[in-house]
Amino acid sequence: MKLLQSPAVRVGLSISIATGLYGISFGALGVTSGLDFWQTMALSLLLFSGGSQFAFIGVVAGGGSGVAAMGAATLLGMRNGIYGMQLNALLQPRGWRKFAAAHVTIDESTATSTGQTDPGEQKRGFWTAGIGIFVLWNVFTAVGALAGGALGDPKQWGLDGAAVAAFLGLLWPRLKGREPVAIAVVCALATVLAVPFVPAGVPILIAAFVAAAIGWFSHGRSDEGLEPDVDPYAEDHHEHRDEGPHPHAGGAAK
Amino acid sequence: MNLWLWLLLACLFGYAWKLLGYLVPASLLRNPRMSRIAGTMTIGLLASLTIVNAVASGQALAFDARMGALAAAGIALWFRAPFLVVVLAGAGAAAGLRMLGWS
Repeated sequence: MKLLQSPAVRVGLSISIATGLYGISFGALGVTSGLDFWQTMALSLLLFSGGSQFAFIGVVAGGGSGVAAMGAATLLGMRNGIYGMQLNALLQPRGWRKFAAAHVTIDESTATSTGQTDPGEQKRGFWTAGIGIFVLWNVFTAVGALAGGALGDPKQWGLDGAAVAAFLGLLWPRLKGREPVAIAVVCALATVLAVPFVPAGVPILIAAFVAAAIGWFSHGRSDEGLEPDVDPYAEDHHEHRDEGPHPHAGGAAK
Repeated sequence: MNLWLWLLLACLFGYAWKLLGYLVPASLLRNPRMSRIAGTMTIGLLASLTIVNAVASGQALAFDARMGALAAAGIALWFRAPFLVVVLAGAGAAAGLRMLGWS
């Protein structure tokens, strides 16, 4: 019972439900993109990183090759390495916990943990969000995959439109300020220009290359684009929006 | 079977990124440029995936009901709708436009 008094645990649980639920859309889109039920489940169980998973099925759905799908998913997973580095310094997991922690290192568990100031709370937030999302994400992926398989023609239900919306939904929270918007526009343009000239799936890798070049040559915030899809502290941001420069650290730790 | 191979490799590399962060000494990786590239690449890839799924049809560009889905999702996000509502708005717009005859 005492565990539920912890602000980090409560944030972790609510973020688990919010994120887990959209596993339904991943499951449904997975099976309609051409993967079978177990391939869709394997992505949620083993890859377990929303952006990379959607990237994989997005490339496959567009007729791209398996190797292009793998390339896009792998490039999108790079940021998890940065999170791992932060969390390793913060939580210092030992032994087998290091390997378990690595698997549940994603946008949301990182954001839940780093939004806390007390080391104990950081730990509880990370594990609650990580394990909670893992369990619910997989349960709801299965629900979505079973439902999606029963739908018949996916286009009739607008599931190709759902995929477009899902990617915009993943991109949106990262568009804070003019610079990320400019990066997004440039990469979208590069993609459109490349589509007629290279095989399906490759335009996405070209855009990744363009984005990496922008990151290499320009000097901006070093945490640009590293925001969670669902912000665990959205309410805090909301409440304190007009008050000060640092919206969350204090609020949750009292 | 071929797809399984790439899929499992993607899972392996995905886990390798995560684990790398825990195993490599922080001093080696604490490089603002790498962190920045990870971020800009995330934005670029997601923007690219959005547009590819909206307008690409194999190697051709097509402006069909998916544009409606893109617009509907944008409006939903503007009004701070939760992720699942955004996805449903996209699906609803595409399905609705098709019913009206815009493929």
